[in-house]
Amino acid sequence: MSSSETGIHPTFEKTARSFLDNSQLRSNLGHATRTIRDKRRGVVDEMPDWEELREAGRQIKQKVMQNLDHYLLQLETSVTRAGGVVHWARDAAEANRIILDLIKERGETEAVKVKSLTTDEIGLNKALAKEDIMALETDLAELIVQMAGDEPSHILVPAIHKNRSEIRDLFRDKLGKPDLTDNPAELTEAARRYLRKKFLSAKIGISGSNFAVAETGTVAVVESEGNGRMCTTLPQTLITVLGIEKIIPAWQDLEVFMQLLPRSSTAERMNPYNTFWTGTTEGDGPQEFHLVLLDNGRTQVLADPAGRETLHCIRCSACLNVCPVYERTGGHAYHSVYPGPIGAILTPQLRGLSDKSAASLPYASTLCGACYEVCPVKINIPEILVHLRGRVVRHNKNWGGIRGKVNPELMGMKWLAWTLRSRSRYERAQKMARKGQRWFMHDDVISKLPGMLSGWTAMRDLRPVAEQTFREWWRTRS
Amino acid sequence: MNISLFVACFNDTLYPETGIATVQLLERLGHRVDFPREQTCCGQVHYNTGYQDETVSLAKRFVDIFSDAETVVAPSASCVGMIREFYPKLAILSGDRKLIRDVDDLLPRVYELSQFLVNKLELEDVGACYPHRVTYHPTCHSLRMLRVGDAPLRLLKKVKGIDLVELPGAEECCGFGGTFAIKNADTSMAMLTDKIARIKETGAEVCTASDNSCLMHIGGALNRQREEVKVVHLAEILASTEAASTETNSPNSGYKKSGSQNSGSTESGPTKSGTPNP
Ligand code: SF4
Repeated sequence: MSSSETGIHPTFEKTARSFLDNSQLRSNLGHATRTIRDKRRGVVDEMPDWEELREAGRQIKQKVMQNLDHYLLQLETSVTRAGGVVHWARDAAEANRIILDLIKERGETEAVKVKSLTTDEIGLNKALAKEDIMALETDLAELIVQMAGDEPSHILVPAIHKNRSEIRDLFRDKLGKPDLTDNPAELTEAARRYLRKKFLSAKIGISGSNFAVAETGTVAVVESEGNGRMCTTLPQTLITVLGIEKIIPAWQDLEVFMQLLPRSSTAERMNPYNTFWTGTTEGDGPQEFHLVLLDNGRTQVLADPAGRETLHCIRCSACLNVCPVYERTGGHAYHSVYPGPIGAILTPQLRGLSDKSAASLPYASTLCGACYEVCPVKINIPEILVHLRGRVVRHNKNWGGIRGKVNPELMGMKWLAWTLRSRSRYERAQKMARKGQRWFMHDDVISKLPGMLSGWTAMRDLRPVAEQTFREWWRTRS
Repeated sequence: MNISLFVACFNDTLYPETGIATVQLLERLGHRVDFPREQTCCGQVHYNTGYQDETVSLAKRFVDIFSDAETVVAPSASCVGMIREFYPKLAILSGDRKLIRDVDDLLPRVYELSQFLVNKLELEDVGACYPHRVTYHPTCHSLRMLRVGDAPLRLLKKVKGIDLVELPGAEECCGFGGTFAIKNADTSMAMLTDKIARIKETGAEVCTASDNSCLMHIGGALNRQREEVKVVHLAEILASTEAASTETNSPNSGYKKSGSQNSGSTESGPTKSGTPNP
């Protein structure tokens, strides 16, 4: 697995803190997300049937999840019939091993890659590098990230945290072009020349996929630059990694998603490059096609009826672009290839709640609901966040040992619920708080609290309990 | 109409003036207001933090207490959002058939204040007078969960003497999010800082909303930064009348000496309090 997917990571709040101090990141990110957010609104608002499309998208995905076993087998049959080979991978290690073997069997040491989150999820590049196989990212932004030895920070715009001059410096160094300016056209041209050579020599192409049609065995990649099409058409052998949730039942279903996806993701009416292939065709394109079907925790997500909807995601990144938390912290705080709201619900489900970093993600949200509003397949992200918080609480209660049972939040919440279940206890608590708060009051407000609550008062005052509560006032009336 | 007030524990304990204003407003409009004293909390804090089992018992309590009410009105959009959106789901999860039925039965009678006025009573002009420059922050739960739409703005537009100014980036979250403000305090503050900058851009004296929780968050930072802008719940603006506004010309606020806060917020007139004890 890639470094972002393995090992022990700090919690969201810890990393967020350090990124909040990075003003360059914040301004890059703020600018980029606001621009794309406004553009998206424009191309969505012009669609009279947007709500119907969203609902259709939701229903198709729901049908897929309810019958995933059936569609997977159907897909295998269709792909095989069309000349492809299907492989099943239970987890990242299995998927990487399959791909490694395929490349080695062909005696190759280099592959060109289409930008793909799924291959990032399994840490394919690192796994290949370990055995001296170089997988070259060909999406411009991914290439930048790869050259910088960095991690992507946005699903769609992986280098969103880098600006032009940072990229110029990187290219000057890595492409051996000391005279490059930070003119975007010039930067793109330099990358293009470098990549062209690679496309023409590579024998192996590796891709992810946006959709796979069970009925026909057709696999789809949609993209903006055309480099993906180079990878999927020029090499002799094409290997595609497909998360099992990406299946759609029928060719006709594409009509829905090909409208939802580009408008939600790049705010375009249509993606510039839409590549569809079905198995292999003699004398045209790759002569070998391998499809690796990846589980890697997905069936575990499917098993939870209240969290399952997470698998409907088509990775458009609209939810990232509207998320006020993501806008401030950037993607790295999520310690996953899936950042933002979708990452906050997907990562903990894929990795499990014993992973402290993943378990902190459901709390990385104010539940403002902006993500749900834009999601093209209507994933109720806030509701799943709350559901996962519930799972985290239960997990800590059951597996956290004695520390889990006596943790201050759990005890506080239990006490509070007990208090709120009785009027007399509640009224007594109001009175006690009014007495107790005197120790913390200053200029008629509470400006310093101890323990957990100090997070509030570090930068905000707190209103004290009223000298006469509403109910006390009410009593004086009657 | 007979109205049972659900004041919300938060308002009861910290913002009694909002409850008082709601009573005064509804009575002024000719309704009978009752306050079932057994009420405490809708369970939102527990629910949003992941304590679903604890929430079920609070939901049951709420439903029992208000089951006979003709209409329930609450000056808190997030509590009504909680009740409308999640009580049915919680009831189903609990498997308690009676609860499912009772929730179904009660829900259509529970209203957030601005929705009650605009949608149920079909009122926009409630006879309020509030000669101040005001900006309105649509809280996330009122906007995206409860979908109050422009009901609060329609009410505000009809307030006499008001100078209503639009808040840039109004739909952006203020960063409160309940325990989020504590667990992720730094991110929360980064969001709040931007919200406050937008509020200040408007030059408003008062920022209003239909949730005191968000207002407490915004007001907490305004107060700390010694800003002049005050936060005032929508109910208090709507309850203000000409008589009250002539007494003084400074708006009421969420932060002030608590001793004076209950003398009937709307009659006693606004107290200047962005900077307590200046
Ligand atoms: S959760 Fe929805 S909005 Fe977010 S990336 Fe997935 S499909 Fe797009």
